[in-house]
Amino acid sequence: MAFFLESSFVGLFLFGWDKLSPRAHLATAWLVAIGSNLSALWILIANGWMQYPVGAEFNFQTMRMELSSFFDIIFNPVAQAKFVHTVSAGYVTGAMFVLSISSWYLLRGRHVGFARRSFVVAASFGLASALSVVVLGDESGYTVTEHQKMKLAAIEGMWETEPAPAGFTLFGIPDSQAQETHYAIQVPWMLGLIATRSIDTALPGIKDLVGVAEGRIENGKQALVSLKRLRADPADAEARAIFEATKADLGHALLLRKFTETPETADAALVAKAANSTIPDVGTLFWTFRLMVGLGFYFILAFAAAFYFSAKLEFDKPWFLTMLVWSLPLPWVAAELGWIVAEYGRQPWAIADVLPTFLAASSLSVVKVGFTLFGFVAFYSTLAVIDVFLMRRTILMGPVEVLGLNGPAPVAATAAKGA
Amino acid sequence: MLYDIIDYPTLRVLWWALLGVLLIGFAIMDGFDLGVAALLPFVAKTDSERRMVISSVGTVWEGNQVWLILGAGAIFAAWPPIYATAFSGFYIAMFLVLASLILRPVGFDFRSKLKSPRWRGNWDIALFVGGAVPALVFGVAVGNLFVGVPFTIDADQRIFYEGSGLFELLNPFALLAGVVSLTMLVAHGGTYLILKTDGEVAARTRRAVTIFAPISVAAFVLAGLWIASGITGYAITSVVDPAGPSNPLLKTVTTAPGLWTDIYTRMPIAALAPILGIAGLLGAAGLTVLRKEGLAFISSGLGLAGVIVTAGMSLFPFIIPSSIQPAASLTVWDSSSSHRTLFVMAVCAVIFVPIILAYTSYIFHVLRGKLQPDDAGHGY
Repeated sequence: MAFFLESSFVGLFLFGWDKLSPRAHLATAWLVAIGSNLSALWILIANGWMQYPVGAEFNFQTMRMELSSFFDIIFNPVAQAKFVHTVSAGYVTGAMFVLSISSWYLLRGRHVGFARRSFVVAASFGLASALSVVVLGDESGYTVTEHQKMKLAAIEGMWETEPAPAGFTLFGIPDSQAQETHYAIQVPWMLGLIATRSIDTALPGIKDLVGVAEGRIENGKQALVSLKRLRADPADAEARAIFEATKADLGHALLLRKFTETPETADAALVAKAANSTIPDVGTLFWTFRLMVGLGFYFILAFAAAFYFSAKLEFDKPWFLTMLVWSLPLPWVAAELGWIVAEYGRQPWAIADVLPTFLAASSLSVVKVGFTLFGFVAFYSTLAVIDVFLMRRTILMGPVEVLGLNGPAPVAATAAKGA
Repeated sequence: MLYDIIDYPTLRVLWWALLGVLLIGFAIMDGFDLGVAALLPFVAKTDSERRMVISSVGTVWEGNQVWLILGAGAIFAAWPPIYATAFSGFYIAMFLVLASLILRPVGFDFRSKLKSPRWRGNWDIALFVGGAVPALVFGVAVGNLFVGVPFTIDADQRIFYEGSGLFELLNPFALLAGVVSLTMLVAHGGTYLILKTDGEVAARTRRAVTIFAPISVAAFVLAGLWIASGITGYAITSVVDPAGPSNPLLKTVTTAPGLWTDIYTRMPIAALAPILGIAGLLGAAGLTVLRKEGLAFISSGLGLAGVIVTAGMSLFPFIIPSSIQPAASLTVWDSSSSHRTLFVMAVCAVIFVPIILAYTSYIFHVLRGKLQPDDAGHGY
């Protein structure tokens, strides 16, 4: 539905200028915008569910999670926070693109009137979006605390449970072998305040969470045993009762499948091994998260400064404009970093606490998967080169030549093509 | 529970039928722009003719292609094992389709950006590939459903695809099915292009329609005879519980040549579908000769619907048969989502499909009428 709205009206939006009244054309622009935002909503509801699978129950007869509450899935707190965070990040990317190109025109003294107008719009829209990204990033952090404790502990390189309120580690070198973070510089209280919004809630460290995982794996072994009995006899009431009581930990027991063909009988050493596999790569998460947050604050400063200068009509600070021109790729970098934090931070799970990634993968051969991976990378890289070449050419030509016009209408058209 | 107001077997059949509706929607809507792209190098020779042909679909192809996404989305949500099996089983074929489809948006957008004839010529080839390859591969995929796909399912309901790759998909019957889909979509695209153009382009397209529509009918009839005599069909031999759990391993299946045409002896009225397919496509060619352009487009649309319904009904209740573990074949009764999921999706479909149809019609209304070679309003 959302895709339909977006894709059906984008044609009319781009090429319907002559066929529609200005009012109807504005309506198509709105419908495209609403459609693409709705698409993002549904995508992030799906992603939110993989991070925090609410509203679904495991059915042993079909061996899968089945919908139990549509309402819970849509109003999943993780999905809601992620939606606004991600969409705002998209707005920041768009705003930075416009701001950067406008700055380039201003530096060169080309299309000055046009560039100033888009500079002001991008600065104000970007400031609001950048603030929203960080505020909702904070909301995201808060929901992560509640639902993905391991991810938070890994992001923080927090091996031991910290007494409340925990400090935020500004810098450090996490060491997965020794299970500690060297040279840590901490800001007292800050993490406790951000993550729990209180000063008396303790945050569990990685080592304690591994202990929790061990317990869940042991419990999950019961689920596996009763599942086998249920398969032999679906009417076995006793097995059913055990299964219902332990099925929440079934996913943890599946982690054993990486190390043994018979997870039901795994010994303590294997359980410990499987529990340890629930630790994501701490070093990567620690640094990607800090880089992302650093960029987030940089965007706020950059947009705020741009807003301030444009309010004072000072468009002649070459150092600042140059900085903005070079900031063009940074929102993409930040978004990729955020993606790594969200998805790599969920490892070893494809669906958190339900389905381990190695079991979720298809049975296709490495050759086939490698072939398509290589194919898509090569294909998209070629297209990216062509795309950048055309964008650069369009930017060099400038709005007047590209559209043969100068006024408010081409502003909308160029922005849409850029995005 | 609220979802009990529609029982599980009804919802399963409903979603099976809706899947057919979406495929037909895709074939009629996106099918014409795939067909137009496949015709592009042959019916339009000069740059201005080509720009006109591209403009005829340039504004609407994106919305049309959402029918494909909607179809894939409906399979994902309503028939998860079908989705998993199809995407793994037809892996390299899917890659080809996706790679060709990706050429379309860039082709449409990039072509007009430079004036160089070489640049434009290359993008014309890209657009041709983006139209012809998916049109062919979709038919090959459907053909392979009749032949059976080599997969097994283990006790954990994990699906293992045992085939070697692309080449076993390219068996003679599947290729014949590919010819059916390619030629019928080219003919269908032609009937649309005639509606939107005049002069030389329209004349060449008329010739194309009168060639390709009869070829597609011949290939379709040939495929039907082959299915009736040679291709191994499948049938469920155990008692079917249409409201049972979606676990394909709970049944037994027999295979024998000719079983795929069983439905036409049990239910002779089902033969209306292939008749509609043949009559619709032949009618499209005839009406094109008679210059009844609008009717020709409608007729070929009905033909596509007839062909797709024929394929679906012949396979019923099977959706993807397994050639190496027939009991694991995926059917309407054991590869759907849960009762509640199907119900929630049905409610959403009832609300949104009419809205989508309404605004799609509005867009086609705005864009109605013929294009001229120097039509500057389009940017292509």
